[in-house]
Amino acid sequence: MSSALTTRDPVSVGRSRRGDAIFRGVTLAAGFFTLAILAGIAIFLIVRAVPAIAQDKGSFFSTKTWDPDGSKVFGIAALGFGTVLSSLLALVIAVPISLGVALFIVEYAPRRLARPLGYTVDMLAAVPSVVYGLWAVYFLLKKMIPLQRFLAEQLGWIPLFADPDGKASRYSQSIFAASVILAIMIIPIIAAVSRDILSQADPSQREAALALGATKWEMIRTAVLPPSRPGITGAIMLGLGRALGETIAVALVIGATFDVSWRILVPGGNTIAANIANRFGESGSLGRSALIASGLVLFAITLVVNLAARAIIYRGGAVERSAAV
Amino acid sequence: MTATATSTAARPVAAQLHARRLSRPAALAGGVAAIAVTAGLFAITPLAGRAEFILVAGLAVLTAITGLSWRVEGRRRAVDRLVTTAAATALLLALLPLGGVLAYTLSRGLKRLSPGFLTHSMAGIGPLDGGGGAYHAMIGTLEQVGLATLIAVPLGLLVAIYVTEYGQGRLATTLRFFVDVMTGVPSIVAGLFVFAFWVLALHRGFSGIAAALSLAILMLPVIVRTSEEMIRLVPNTLREASYALGVPKWRTIISIILPTALTGITTGVLLAIARVTGETAPLLLTASGNIFIHTNPFSGPQSALPLFVFQQTQSAFDVAIDRAWAGALTLILFVVVLYVAARLLTRRNTLARR
Repeated sequence: MSSALTTRDPVSVGRSRRGDAIFRGVTLAAGFFTLAILAGIAIFLIVRAVPAIAQDKGSFFSTKTWDPDGSKVFGIAALGFGTVLSSLLALVIAVPISLGVALFIVEYAPRRLARPLGYTVDMLAAVPSVVYGLWAVYFLLKKMIPLQRFLAEQLGWIPLFADPDGKASRYSQSIFAASVILAIMIIPIIAAVSRDILSQADPSQREAALALGATKWEMIRTAVLPPSRPGITGAIMLGLGRALGETIAVALVIGATFDVSWRILVPGGNTIAANIANRFGESGSLGRSALIASGLVLFAITLVVNLAARAIIYRGGAVERSAAV
Repeated sequence: MTATATSTAARPVAAQLHARRLSRPAALAGGVAAIAVTAGLFAITPLAGRAEFILVAGLAVLTAITGLSWRVEGRRRAVDRLVTTAAATALLLALLPLGGVLAYTLSRGLKRLSPGFLTHSMAGIGPLDGGGGAYHAMIGTLEQVGLATLIAVPLGLLVAIYVTEYGQGRLATTLRFFVDVMTGVPSIVAGLFVFAFWVLALHRGFSGIAAALSLAILMLPVIVRTSEEMIRLVPNTLREASYALGVPKWRTIISIILPTALTGITTGVLLAIARVTGETAPLLLTASGNIFIHTNPFSGPQSALPLFVFQQTQSAFDVAIDRAWAGALTLILFVVVLYVAARLLTRRNTLARR
């Protein structure tokens, strides 16, 4: 590493030292500027959000409706609930698939195939979210109706899948639809980071397990998964962060209602990000400030999730980072 | 060793070394039988539908082979087979939407994509008119993404140089940590920030440059991370050779380290561009959209490809939806070209290990 060399200046000629000092200063300034952007995001959102919340005639954190330009009653209860619920459901779908993908690429795929397969899965992340949204509206939602009917009819006794009016067997602009599209969009992130982490498992441990007669799965369970656990937890939280903030695809598929309901199949639901995209154009001055206030909440939630994810990954010792995310 | 083996094993050692394996014909026969049973089940019970058949048949094959393997090879090998199949299934499930999106966009988009679509704007096109195109949006995307790259690449490179070559101790670690955290900033939040800062506080209005600023915020952490990784891969011997010749550190960085890492850094930049080209949410709050050709990115609302697609989907008429698909196809082509270029460059990268 270069650190051994940076401790002592290699050349002590005055001119080059000055050059070094200037160059170092410029790069340091760029670093501080980057930190300033992050701080600026928080500051400018707060500056706009606080007056808007002060004018709120409802309670910002417990009101479900969103009418800042008319009655000035607005709150993020329904939006926040929808955001968290749809992202968690997306994780339920995406985590097993992503881990399967990562395991297959690292452990099972032939060497020659592993890299192209990885690139192909990364390509999933390159498809723009507006295209996913469009595809979902005109293709996926229709294909999901039989599945929704099955869930509602066979598993309707579970409150999550309850469908009292039978709407779910005809329409699918629901939290469930949003979760499925979110899952598709976060699979590549979780899979890419998990893949990097799985491939860093100590080869001597793998060989030791195999030498003791372990089958491949037993080797994975005993030598690969335990040291990878913190990194995979971090990868999942990165996926959660991405799902919480995803906007356009969700805005296109969700029902855009303002209720707090666990019935994920029933058309309706909304998220903070989707509400910003859907309402921004038609909003007045207070309406836009109110949307900024909801964006601040989203920023705070994703910041906490990301801080936790990074802290877990760093502490797990998996310092090697993936370029894919 | 021999003592423990004979004491724990019921079967002789020779039999253990040559444990019975499930033969391929047997596995195949089991699979075929499972599909036949499923077909029979669909014939006599109310079960129906192609998707349902694939699902039930898949589960039946899985059960049959795992069951056979359990009987012949024992529990451990059966579980191993089950996990292998599950991992392969997960990969197929993940690739299904990719194929679905690409194929569907291609078939819907080709209907409307034409030279006329790429050379006309939406000026004078009514809600029911079939004409119009995305020329104005393509100009907007090129200008906004170009400006974002001009802002984010130099800044990101400088940060990467500080973190790898100069930074030590707490400050560098903190910086790296927050750059990582920055990758998690939702794109809509970056858009809200630029709206609050550039449009509201500085009264600059909606414009292409506002969009470029929000895209630059999203690009910056990606560029820092990929450049950082590439700079770290430059062999230390090159640095030492340069220092030994009396070259100061800053010149070593500019004329030795950066050129060596250039291919990898370019790959990272291309991937970052590909990622932000498809961003819609921040543009909604910063560029705002325009139906006319607007070439000046520094003032006045501008359109962009993803924004064009989103705004066309808001219409209830088929002519607009067709335009949305054609726009989506154009956008995907943009992104795929960038992506493939990045991957081809990776192959030529002599530094990359992976």
